[in-house]
Amino acid sequence: MIEVRNLSKRFGSKLAVDDVSFKVGRGEVLGFLGPNGAGKSTTMRMVTGYLPPSAGSVTIDGVDAVARPIAAKGKIGYLPESAPLYADMSVAAFLHFIAELRGYSGAGKAAAVDRALDTCFLEPVRNQSIDTLSKGYRHRTCLAQSVLHDPDILILDEPTDGLDPNQKQEVRNLIRRMGEEKAIIFSTHILEEVEAACTRAIIIDQGRVVADGSPDELKSKSKSAGAVTVRVSGQAGAGIRAALEGLPGVAEVREFKAGELSFSGQLVPGKAGGALAEAVFNLCKNKGLMLEELRVEEGRLDEVFREITVADTKLAAAG
Amino acid sequence: MSALRNIWIVFKRELKAQFNSMLAYVFVVIFVVLSMALTFWFRNFFDPNAQDASLEFSYFMWPAWLLMFLAPAVGMRLWSEEHRTGTIELLLTMPVATWHAIVGKFLAGLAVITIAVAASFPIVITVAYLGDPDNGTVWGGYLATFFYGAACLAITCAVSALTRSVVACLIISVTICFVLLLIAVPPVQDYFSDVLGGGASEAISSFSMFSHYNEMKRGVVSLPNLVFYLSMVGFCLFATSVVIKSKRA
Repeated sequence: MIEVRNLSKRFGSKLAVDDVSFKVGRGEVLGFLGPNGAGKSTTMRMVTGYLPPSAGSVTIDGVDAVARPIAAKGKIGYLPESAPLYADMSVAAFLHFIAELRGYSGAGKAAAVDRALDTCFLEPVRNQSIDTLSKGYRHRTCLAQSVLHDPDILILDEPTDGLDPNQKQEVRNLIRRMGEEKAIIFSTHILEEVEAACTRAIIIDQGRVVADGSPDELKSKSKSAGAVTVRVSGQAGAGIRAALEGLPGVAEVREFKAGELSFSGQLVPGKAGGALAEAVFNLCKNKGLMLEELRVEEGRLDEVFREITVADTKLAAAG
Repeated sequence: MSALRNIWIVFKRELKAQFNSMLAYVFVVIFVVLSMALTFWFRNFFDPNAQDASLEFSYFMWPAWLLMFLAPAVGMRLWSEEHRTGTIELLLTMPVATWHAIVGKFLAGLAVITIAVAASFPIVITVAYLGDPDNGTVWGGYLATFFYGAACLAITCAVSALTRSVVACLIISVTICFVLLLIAVPPVQDYFSDVLGGGASEAISSFSMFSHYNEMKRGVVSLPNLVFYLSMVGFCLFATSVVIKSKRA
């Protein structure tokens, strides 16, 4: 549905987006991650046709967005960062205006506006002037604007920014539900959001794609992926810690808290580390230790994010 | 077809916004009150020695001076506000060509100016009641005012695309309109013809909306005058689109 090839954007001498390529198909929700100023918004603005790319191409559902911008824009719903609105209008009047620009008229227009109001839980503020709305409602009004024409493609720039936890959850559910039949790109700073709503994530740093994969794939790149967290108590010959260190495949033992008869910590596997959890379990069984907690870490997205983006920043500073 | 439809949609929203913000009402009231007050106080409307029962000098003297700063007041929000609030990103990602939005917004401003100018129509009835005015100069006067206002508004439109500050837009636009008016005022014209010669002075003042305004309000609605105004508006709206594009490049 969305195909971005070798996209670049230069502002003066600054290269804001550098040779970015990706594809998003129907039924896919792509999370855009990256530090502030990494080029997320700029990339999205080029996909939506707001900014002309300096190089590269954007294809929206088979339509070249640079050559036929109006046809491409018609297929996209877009929530810009900071959710701009015409503050002097009422919610319904604003949505009617957008519906008209989207080509609706008459009964179809009224139905589209009602559906958008309903989808984004805006019925209570329908006739309220936008400048009297709370931030959450404003944000949802702008979101309603983007889904009004039931587009196949949704580009959402920080859709949960400024919402309270309940609203965040609602929007995430909405994204996940719509993602089943649309192609969605959304950017966020909140990493749990990626795990909660995305089928795939891209990390962008300094204008370049530095990681691309499903949330699980990305997590498995984290240092702590595969580590085993244990909490054990009981009597072991030379202490529990020593017994754990002696297990095959353990490269490092990180201690959280240890007493004479208890130990809690994390076992980091070496390169050949395979069934570490099983080894711990067998150790406890054989020595009659009480196993209180045993968990294999999946890895953490924020670790991957920090490693990739911080390493890059250091590299750039050194170069 | 879809171009007209889009222009109409943008026009409707913009006109509502003008009236929602009260700015349009303020504009209409100020225009009517000032133009009437100036007509009656300074131009000897009731002077028994006046030779002609015409509005050419008594009334139509003033709209040019008023519109010089009132038209920028109407137009200052057109694009500055879009830049300031970020709604331009919304508008330009709709399936609408940029020039549809530019023309729609311009026409909404022009509608406000037209309403204000039309609201001064009772003075024509007054004159017709009191005497026997030359209808040609009355219509010429209204046409001149309309086109003059359109030119000032188009200039403001281009300036407002440049800046996100509404105040900066107002000041810059008024200055441009004022300078363009000034170069056709006799003392300034005399100065130019002294320094640069008569031909240059004439060439300079031909760029002024004011000289075309003066010709038109005499009832001379000639092709060159119309071409001047239309190309002025066309050029400024084109400049607006260039500015909007270059801001994103």
